[in-house]
Parts: sequence; structure tokens; C-alpha cells
Amino acid sequence: MKEKDIKIIEKEMKLANEGLPEMERDLFADDRPSRIEPLNKYLEQFLNWARARSLWILAYGTGCGAIELRPLMTARFDAFRYGIAGRPTPRQANVFIIGGYASLKTIKRIVRSYEQMQGPKYVIALGSCTINGGMYYDSYNTINRIDYYIPVDIYVTGCMPRPESLIAGFNGLKKKIQAGQCDGMNKYADNFDWYKANQKQIIKDWNMPDYNW
Amino acid sequence: MDIFIKIIYAAISILVATLYGLILIGIVHKIYARVHRRIGPPVWQPILDIIQTHGRKVATSHGIMFFLGPVFRMAGGMGTYLFMPVIFGSVVFSNYSMAGDLLLVMYFIFFGQLGMALGAGEGGHPYSPLGIARGLSQMSTFELPFSLAVISIAIQYQTLNITTIVAAQQGGMLNWTLFTNPLAVIAAMISLLGMNMHSPFSLVLAPQEIPIGPPIEMNGSFLGILQTNRALFASAKLVLFMNLFFGGATNLPIMMLKTFSIYMFSVFIGAAFPRFRPEQSFRFFLRIPTLIGILSVIVIAYL
Repeated sequence: MKEKDIKIIEKEMKLANEGLPEMERDLFADDRPSRIEPLNKYLEQFLNWARARSLWILAYGTGCGAIELRPLMTARFDAFRYGIAGRPTPRQANVFIIGGYASLKTIKRIVRSYEQMQGPKYVIALGSCTINGGMYYDSYNTINRIDYYIPVDIYVTGCMPRPESLIAGFNGLKKKIQAGQCDGMNKYADNFDWYKANQKQIIKDWNMPDYNW
Repeated sequence: MDIFIKIIYAAISILVATLYGLILIGIVHKIYARVHRRIGPPVWQPILDIIQTHGRKVATSHGIMFFLGPVFRMAGGMGTYLFMPVIFGSVVFSNYSMAGDLLLVMYFIFFGQLGMALGAGEGGHPYSPLGIARGLSQMSTFELPFSLAVISIAIQYQTLNITTIVAAQQGGMLNWTLFTNPLAVIAAMISLLGMNMHSPFSLVLAPQEIPIGPPIEMNGSFLGILQTNRALFASAKLVLFMNLFFGGATNLPIMMLKTFSIYMFSVFIGAAFPRFRPEQSFRFFLRIPTLIGILSVIVIAYL
């Protein structure tokens, strides 16, 4: 079979949503995420310029690192002066900060929230425990590497990193966005099956659709 | 041919008003930041935000009404703006003021909210109807003092045509409604606090209670349209108040100065006071401002 045909078949393949009860399956979407290419090179450069200056954080603290977000937004560090603002809903946010360790219960919510965010979307992994598990490396209840489950754009190491390092992380993210290197959305769509397999391996009570959008 | 020139003028006028509204929102962010002892974002931040939201590659829609909600909201903002003279005597900024009157403009203020209510309801998120219930209830209560103020000035000037009302106020500061009918202005300015939805009356968006309420499911371009409309609608409301109570404007700098001052009234109050609970807000509008409104009608009609 030609590669083109395989792609068409893959595109037509619908998600099974096996975690849901049979009577509820019709209520949820069964489309796979697909790769979206930019319309025009120069338009994309302009949009990236604007995207780098308007970062909306999803207001969801996934671990102890979320405590660093309060001083980040208040008078001492004032991240809003760089165009970084909180957004209460995943539909509108475009930056997801994984604030430290992600327990098995949290990773389910992380996946749901990440998938509901509208691309282009960026992920900042905050703290050592998102990189290799940190002090929770042998815990039965936390995951060690976040980038097995969702694509990550920038890592901020430390335990806990101070707001200064988080701002440095944001500056790194801005540079990457402006250079057009943050393509987590398409990466997730391309390797969707791999990410799903990893997620399903650890989330035992999978009672949600396979792709939440 | 005339109508095409009129359309071009209206487009220019809408563009100027939207940009002005966006910069105004940026200045408000800056003022709030300074009150919090922060530096605050640059004043052009709202424009960047709009480009960013329109630049999203994916937009999830929940159905036809969800799609039309922001469109209705935008139509409400444009309708409010288009049927009143922005600059008295100017050809470019006169809009379609001759075609409509005050009642039409008041209808358009309500229209956007109703359209948004239908659209946001289809999003299916429980916070949307909660925000809409709050928004429509508060709107009904602050429309009451505003309507009484409008009745009062309609009796005063014997017309509902905004251009005529502006014309009647020309020729010196003491001809402004502010000095000829102060009670109506007080009632209307208190209802402006509710209209602008700054802090004591920020029930609808209330980020810490019902995470931003009606537009919670709006994303990408839907949100971009809503943000554009917020800027246009803000300048439209301010222009309406300037026309009715503060003598209108004869050129662009005067218009900007007056509307800026009117806006700062609600911004400073917003920066100083915490948010009301819904029932506190409704009761507030139905008591003192409504009484002042009734009083202004009685005073202007019988004294």
C-alpha cells in the first residue's frame, strides 16, 4: 500500500472511545487530532511575534510548583508586564505550566486540560520532578517524565525554582515561539498513538473519550 | 453613490473607535497595575491579545448559536455605535445618526447581551448560564435608572434624537445636561458603573467566582470578536454618555478627553472597591439610583 493511502486511511480512522459506556459514545467526539500547517510563512512570523507577547497561562496548579505562580503575578515579580496573564479556562489559555510532580490522578486531568486547549499551545515543565521524577523518583503514585504523556517546550529545573527562574523560562519560551520552534500541537497529533499508549498505560480508570476537544 | 461614501466613513469611524477602545482598556490595565503597585502591561497589550486569539489554529464550535453569539454581540456593539453622532458637526464621524434615535441605541445596548446569552448557552458549560443570569438580571436593574434619566432628558429637550440633544447643549459648559439636569446625570452615571462592569459590579465575568462567566467556552476567533466588541462597545457607551450629558464633542481630541474622563469615573471606583454579591448589586441599583431617576423626572416635568 502506498504511503499516501495509509495516511488517508489513518485520517478516516475514528477513535474507539472504549473507556466510555456504550450508550454514551455517541455523545463524544471521535476525531483524531490532525496536523495543521501554517497558511503563509510571513503571516506565521507575524502571528508568532504576537503569540510570544501574549501568553495566557491556564490557571490550574498541578503540583506544589503552583505556589510559585502567585508571587509571579503579584507586585514583586509582576509577570503581566511581559504580557503573561492567567486565564481560567483551557479553551482560552495557550500556556500550560506543569507545576512540579504529577500524581496519577493529576495526569488524567493534565491530559484532559491539555487536549482542550486550542493550539498553538505551549507547555512549561516546572521543577525537577517533571524531568526525571526528582525527589519522587521512586514513588508509586507519581509519574517520572512528563514528556512521555504530553509534548513539553521548556523545562525549568530546581526544587522549587524561584519565580525568577520561571520568568527566565518564559523568556526562553518566547524566543522559541518567535523562532517558530514551538510546535507541540503538531507533535502531539503526529505521535498521537504513542502518547495515548503511554497515557493509558498509567491511567487505569480511563473513563473519558480518547481525545477531549 | 452617497451611501457608499457613508459606508466608508462609517468603517473609518468604527476602526478609530475600536482602536481607541483597545488603547483605553490598555490604559485601564496600567492604572489597575499601578494601584496594585505593579508596572503593568504595555498599553497596546489588548491589541496583541486580539492578534493572538485570532491567530489560533484551531477553534472549537458547539453549534450554530455558539457561532452566532459573538456575531450578535458584535452587531450589538456596532449598532450602538453606528446610530449616534460621535463628533457633532463632523461628516466622517456623524455615522447614521439621522436614521436612529435614543430608543434604538438603548435597544442595541440590550441586543448584544441577549444574542450572547443564546450563544454562550449552547457552549454547555454550567458557568455560562450562571454568568448570563447574573448579567441579564444586573442589566435589567441598571437599565431602570438609565431609562429614567433618558425619560427625564427627553422631557427636558422634547426630543429623542441624539443629534438634537447634542445641538441643544452647545454654546458653553453651563448648557450641558450635567448642569441643566444634574439629577438625571447622577442616576445615569451610577448606572454607567454597572454598564462598564468594573469592580463593584463585575458580576458577569467575576474571574474568581464563575471563571469569566458567559465566554468561558469561547475560544480563538470567537473570543477575538468578543474582545474587539468589548473595545468598540466601551467607546460607544462612553460616546453616548458624552452626547447625552456632557455636551458632545466638536472634534476628536475633545471627544477623547471627555470619554476618557467619563471612563475614569468607573475605573477609579472599580480600583477602590471590592465586588458586590449579585443580590447586593441588584438591590443597590433598584434603590438609590432609581429614586434619583424618579426624582429627576418629577423635577423636570413639574418644577
